[in-house]
Amino acid sequence: MANELLETQTMTRLELTTSPHLHNNWSTSRAMWLVSAALLPCTAAALIIFGWEQIGILLASIVSAAATEAVIQKLRRLPVTLDDGSAVLTGWLLALTLPPGFSLVSTAIGAIVAVGIGKHVFGGLGYNIFNPALVGRAFLQAAFPVAMTTWKSPNFVDTITSATPLGGLKFDATASALGPMFLGNTGGSLGETSALALLIGGVFLIAVGIVNWRIPVAMGSGVLIFGTAVWLMDTQVYPSPVYHLLGGGFLLGALFMATDWVSSPVTGRGMWIFGLGIALVVVVIRVFGGLPEGMMYAILIMNAFVPMIDRYTRPKVFGAAA
Amino acid sequence: MKKDVTAAQDFLKGIWQQNPIFVQVLGMCPTLAVTVSAINGIAMGLATTFVLICASLMISLIRHLIPSQVRIASYIVVIAAFVTIVDLVMQAQFLELSKALGPFIPLIVVNCIVLGRAEAFASKNNPFRSMLDAAGMGVGFLLALFVLGSVREILATRSILGFQVLPEGFTPWLVMILPAGAFITLGLLMALVNWNAMRRKKATEVEALKHYRESMASTA
Repeated sequence: MANELLETQTMTRLELTTSPHLHNNWSTSRAMWLVSAALLPCTAAALIIFGWEQIGILLASIVSAAATEAVIQKLRRLPVTLDDGSAVLTGWLLALTLPPGFSLVSTAIGAIVAVGIGKHVFGGLGYNIFNPALVGRAFLQAAFPVAMTTWKSPNFVDTITSATPLGGLKFDATASALGPMFLGNTGGSLGETSALALLIGGVFLIAVGIVNWRIPVAMGSGVLIFGTAVWLMDTQVYPSPVYHLLGGGFLLGALFMATDWVSSPVTGRGMWIFGLGIALVVVVIRVFGGLPEGMMYAILIMNAFVPMIDRYTRPKVFGAAA
Repeated sequence: MKKDVTAAQDFLKGIWQQNPIFVQVLGMCPTLAVTVSAINGIAMGLATTFVLICASLMISLIRHLIPSQVRIASYIVVIAAFVTIVDLVMQAQFLELSKALGPFIPLIVVNCIVLGRAEAFASKNNPFRSMLDAAGMGVGFLLALFVLGSVREILATRSILGFQVLPEGFTPWLVMILPAGAFITLGLLMALVNWNAMRRKKATEVEALKHYRESMASTA
């Protein structure tokens, strides 16, 4: 009897661990590579629309981001984790937000800032408050404002430079047609012009469960609500809400930037607040601000609110008083 | 006050160990605002150093006469007197610099470093030590502003104090003459100083541990 008890005790060892107890088989690297795969359609669209030579920007950005990651991890005496794909993804996303024909040296500087200041200064993967790729882009926008707003025209349009849909509307009062904006045949940053290609990648990410649908849906409905409200004030002057949805970096931001796991809220309610907040800021900047496009700043501003949003939307402990 | 602090230490601590910018993080307003170029940094540093030394000396001389209830107001009056001197001299002799630095010369009156040294050091120490302390802090401030201004000027204009140091192929970083450039540069420099301090501390700890182990081994 006593022997039997002893035997069962040794066989079923009692393990005490702290929560979380549920694990799934998602690893960081698998998620990062899937996101990279989802970027293929809009990357392909970028190369078709703006020419194959733009691959130089992509390579410069990705290589510099990866090299910065490796060097900083060596300096910090941490294991070098290039194989998790996060640095490559940061570089890739940064490249997609840059204007076609951008200087490769400046691209490399942006990637170094993105990984160095955007990510490692805060403590590395998982600790960054702000989306690293957008930190890099914000730096480039401040450092090289002219180069960052010189738009090469797409291959299927017969001019050398062309305004972006939002820029044209703001500075020349000429609206672009919605059809080319959906396909991507307009001026703009490398990866942002083709709504179709971005939606293919985004729907894939939502389907495999990497991107929570709440943030893009909240942002989309937010832009429709706020955009309509402004549009109704004067339909001649202000762009229609659909123009807001397809123009600028909205879709790229909504599907790939704002949904970054680290710098977005963790609760469902928080995601709605976050998405609606970005939509409000972006509409305000586009309509009333001095810049034609405010997607980058909208996401960075709302990134700063994420810790607060998470704190106030924390779920009630089961059984606790309301 | 400890007796074993030498005069040299009183002077040197402000330059590195207790640098007003990188360690005490005082006087951030002029630091961030005027360091768009190295010359501005030098001018601001010299003006502040002059005020620091004179005010500390004066306050130390009259430290027994000031009633402690109104000491802050008294310090401010003394400091303001010297700032007025600097402001008028700069307007008379270096009009361009005076214009470039704008309101930040009169604002030395409320610079935390000057008031901080008056309260923390000059009001408790003799005039000689107070002057040394103020001079050290002033030099530390001057060096910090010079480094900050140099980095920003080089990256924003490719040249420093009129000498071109970067090739034409280098695209100037406009951000460096904007306020954001000041924050980024200061943050990175501060990180560098802290990193160095941490490494040193660790090295002394390792050294002490080694020493302790050796002494234990020898006694055993």
